[in-house]
Amino acid sequence: MSALRLKKPAAYVLLSLGLVLMAAPFLWMALSSFKTKPELAASPPVWIPTEWTLANFRELLKLLDLPRYFLNSTIVATLVTVCNLLFCSMLGYALAKLNFAGRNKLFGLVLGALMVPGNLMLLPLFVLMSKMQLIDSYAGLVLPFAAGAFGVFLMRQFMLSVPDELLEAARLDGAGEWYIFWRIVMPLVKPALATLAILTFLQSWNNFVWPLIATNDPDKYTLPVALATFATDPNRANGSSGVLMAGSFLVVLPVLFVFAALQRHFTQGIATAGLK
Amino acid sequence: MSAPTATVPKGPVETAKPTPSGPRSRRRRAGVQQLAGWLFSTPFLVLFAVFMALPIIATLVMSFTDFGLRNVTDPLSAEFIGLENYTKLFQDDKFLKSLFNTAYFVVVGVPLTIGAGLVIAVLLNNGIDRMRTFFRIGFYAPVVTSIVAIAVVWRFVLDPADGLIAGLATELGMTAPDFLGSETLAMPSLIVMAIWRNLGTVMVLLIAGLQAIPQDVREAARLDGAGAWHEFRLITVPLLRPTLLYATVITTIGYLNVFEEPFVMTNGGPSNSTLTVSLNMYREGFNFFHMGYASAMAYVLFVAIMGITVLQLRLLKDNTK
Repeated sequence: MSALRLKKPAAYVLLSLGLVLMAAPFLWMALSSFKTKPELAASPPVWIPTEWTLANFRELLKLLDLPRYFLNSTIVATLVTVCNLLFCSMLGYALAKLNFAGRNKLFGLVLGALMVPGNLMLLPLFVLMSKMQLIDSYAGLVLPFAAGAFGVFLMRQFMLSVPDELLEAARLDGAGEWYIFWRIVMPLVKPALATLAILTFLQSWNNFVWPLIATNDPDKYTLPVALATFATDPNRANGSSGVLMAGSFLVVLPVLFVFAALQRHFTQGIATAGLK
Repeated sequence: MSAPTATVPKGPVETAKPTPSGPRSRRRRAGVQQLAGWLFSTPFLVLFAVFMALPIIATLVMSFTDFGLRNVTDPLSAEFIGLENYTKLFQDDKFLKSLFNTAYFVVVGVPLTIGAGLVIAVLLNNGIDRMRTFFRIGFYAPVVTSIVAIAVVWRFVLDPADGLIAGLATELGMTAPDFLGSETLAMPSLIVMAIWRNLGTVMVLLIAGLQAIPQDVREAARLDGAGAWHEFRLITVPLLRPTLLYATVITTIGYLNVFEEPFVMTNGGPSNSTLTVSLNMYREGFNFFHMGYASAMAYVLFVAIMGITVLQLRLLKDNTK
């Protein structure tokens, strides 16, 4: 028994140490964003800025059209999320609750699609989008992600738990399949929809490789593309660590807030997909 | 799960119901479900066909051609050159180097990420009973943030002049090495960052797995006198195996595709020591427009991913039976 009681303080100490390591880069980023140039370069380092300044943010906003990129990211992520909620739920419903020939093969296809790495499609996708004149358009950024296999899988798993009797009763009352899907099943799986919405929005918000390829016009950049282009530009990057930290800070901060507020949805969604 | 046997419903329960549905209307309803099933599937299937199935096949076809910049506007004029791209690939030192680097990243990074995630998950689930949510948020936070922003921050964490680690080193009277400027240290630095960013995913998966282990199994083991270590090795790990397998597979797939970290932090350098297959493919395809050649790279990586995934599923699953 005493061994069990001793275990706990050790676990708290270990976890706290781990947490310090996890938080250190974030804290360093936040503090550096508010430092003046001399304090950023000081050695030995100045950990807490003695003189808090917004100069880095002002310079950042002068160099980067951040509101524009913020808007682009928001529009793309919103459209991707809405499409996924609708299309993934529709197929999820069909796979979970409708009897039709080829259903099991279709589910196999969805599981297979889960395994395909996105990088495999980049080259022809770029050619296709060029041909369709969708480079530098919101459609070009949204369409390839409009119906993810993960979303279908998640919605199917949740819809399986909707009782069949409920649907049968509605069918006997003469309800059509769309009515049953939209008015009966969708309201019952609201928690799953919330989870899918959050995960999809975030994934789209953080998506990098495809927006990097599918945009040439800086006005169409999403936040990560703008930040990466700025950070890897050899002409500008040198000596502007404070500006880059401020940029990362502004990209990371809203996401961390949303996550802290809604964290249960994240972890539940991930765990559900892993266990079922 | 119910098998799709739509047409002939039998059994006393069904026929006993005083419903107005005769065999004819029931057959009609089965027909409605056939149609509805495919109509509900259509949006996904169309998007899947155009933006996934077609590109997967197109990449394969392109890998046998000399697809270049001019073919972006005129794809059909690309010429078939057989296996030339593939034979060239395996004589290309840069590609072999990128293959080695990716393997290095996976072989070192995956076990460490899974191990770190496992330790945290067990400590969180079995070691403490307060502040669980607080710790879980902390360890999971890097997962939700933009990898580009994180990579930018880490570039400065590792900066030899005014970085976080260099700062700590000066406080202790030491000098920190130039992590990202050194051929030997650049890749390990990227791996450390990847562990930091991804252990949260593993942790969340494993906590869910741990909570699925029945409490009475643990108690039985304790009554039999099992210590904490025995309980971990003989109860926790074997019962956690399916979740561990899943976590290993998705972490491996993610690491095999590693792209953003070297793109933002090192641009593949120094001397290609952090050039990964994905970054190599991106450069060949979108900077030099050797798209046929880059397609061959994409397929080699894809086949490697498939092979490794199947192998992991075999190796790790058979042991549980």
